[in-house]
Amino acid sequence: MTSDIILKLEGIASAYGKIDAVKGIDLEVARGQIVTLLGANGAGKTTTLKTISGIVRAKTGRVLFEGQDITSMPAHIIARAGVVHVPEGRHVLRGLSVRENLELGAFTVKDATLRRDRLDQVFAQFPILKTRANSDGSLLSGGEQQMLAIGRALMHGPKIMLLDEPSMGLAPKLVLETMKIVKRLNETGTTILLVEQNARLALKLAHFGYVLESGEIRLKGEASQLRSDPSIVQAYLGT
Amino acid sequence: MTIFDIFTNQLLNGIVLGSFYALVALGYTMVFGVVKLLNFAHGELYMVGGFAGFLVLSFLAPFIGAGWFGVAVSMVFAMIAIGFLGVVIERVAYAPMLSAPRLSILITALAVSLVLQNGMLALTKGQYVPFGSALGFGGINLGKLFISYNQMILVSVAALLMLALEMFVSRTQYGRAMRAVAVDKDMSRLMGINVNAVIAVTFFLGSALAAAAGTMAGAFYGSLWYFMGFLIGLKAFTAAVIGGIGSIPGAMLGGLILGLLESFATQLDLRGMGIPFKVGSEWKDVFSFSVLILILVFKPTGLLGKSEQERM
Repeated sequence: MTSDIILKLEGIASAYGKIDAVKGIDLEVARGQIVTLLGANGAGKTTTLKTISGIVRAKTGRVLFEGQDITSMPAHIIARAGVVHVPEGRHVLRGLSVRENLELGAFTVKDATLRRDRLDQVFAQFPILKTRANSDGSLLSGGEQQMLAIGRALMHGPKIMLLDEPSMGLAPKLVLETMKIVKRLNETGTTILLVEQNARLALKLAHFGYVLESGEIRLKGEASQLRSDPSIVQAYLGT
Repeated sequence: MTIFDIFTNQLLNGIVLGSFYALVALGYTMVFGVVKLLNFAHGELYMVGGFAGFLVLSFLAPFIGAGWFGVAVSMVFAMIAIGFLGVVIERVAYAPMLSAPRLSILITALAVSLVLQNGMLALTKGQYVPFGSALGFGGINLGKLFISYNQMILVSVAALLMLALEMFVSRTQYGRAMRAVAVDKDMSRLMGINVNAVIAVTFFLGSALAAAAGTMAGAFYGSLWYFMGFLIGLKAFTAAVIGGIGSIPGAMLGGLILGLLESFATQLDLRGMGIPFKVGSEWKDVFSFSVLILILVFKPTGLLGKSEQERM
């Protein structure tokens, strides 16, 4: 992990309401990798992502993106820099069609030709979105909404994608499908910070992993190493 | 006059009145959409907009006349000025209150309304101010129905403004961003949308439309009064609720329905059927607000509003 660090957290602490959700964590993501952030419900995974994208303000510590301090930047500026957060629950925009959702994903892309090319790419990757291009995004099924959320993030042209629980609430078959999509995204060059409840699947995909517990990093290491760590297997992977 | 003549005549009156209601209702509904605020000062922006148009016209009339061209130019200036006033009000009075309890910001809106109203009362000493427009009296006759050019121009300008707004909101990236901010502010930020800028643009457009209505009302009816925004503010709110608050087509529809309803209801005369009951124009507000109550009781989401629902 000494190579090219695209994202770095230094001593980040942040509160969610009055609860100290994250209590001083250090984390690094190398360019081109999938890094996964594991942990139980309430361990601070989502708050960590929200702190990176600027939706939640850090109390202490620094977030560095490509060496630049983005800790106190407004969320929309962070997004424009190429940090694209796909939040938990997908947040498909109600009342906007699938196509409009996708086009808004490219809100910061001023070049109309580039926008059209990206839309074609997303439609090619997720043909179901093309079929349903004109229906209200909120009327899609859970799996389709997840594709829409990821497609919308791709429209933006992310340098790093923060993916929060992409498999949440999906049928087992769709969970595997989603993980394949994540892998394919990474193979085409997108760096990914993946938060996932399903630790077994996440560690199969990821290069590196962190385990959060009550807002602190308890373990970190190569994914292959974490997969075979008996304490991880016991605590997070079950049988 | 036959029943048919009365009908067509009132249809025309209703459309004219409805155009005003719709223009003002649009600002109400847009602001509610993006910041979930019932901007009770909105009717006052209509009033101040009328006075702004009057001011510009008094300067420009010697050069370009006080006919429809002069009024139109004054209207554009008034729209820009009141648009900025709306943005300033949002920045100064509402933005600091957005995270406070809903009631606080509602009270703030009432305060802004009182400031504008009483400010104008002080400036005009409570007098009616003649608008100074010199519009013609021409028109065309369709059978027994007389449609004045003024009515035609007024309705066309209102329709044009609404069409432009609808195109902006549905066809442009910025319009889509506005709809995104209305449904999910955090997600909008994550997509790189500057939410504060979108809110400012929304206030600008809503206030500008109110100023357009105010200027046209001044030119059409001939005079201005510091209290003229109060009732139309309530009517526009009613129109927005009828259409479904937060919905732009809903505000247009609600405005038109309310205008038609008021103009027809005042013609209700049951004496011919042996019932000693006739409704005069003094009853029109009773009709409007009864409809408001009925809608709130039986269909709180309005005609075109949608109830909120989540989907997994």
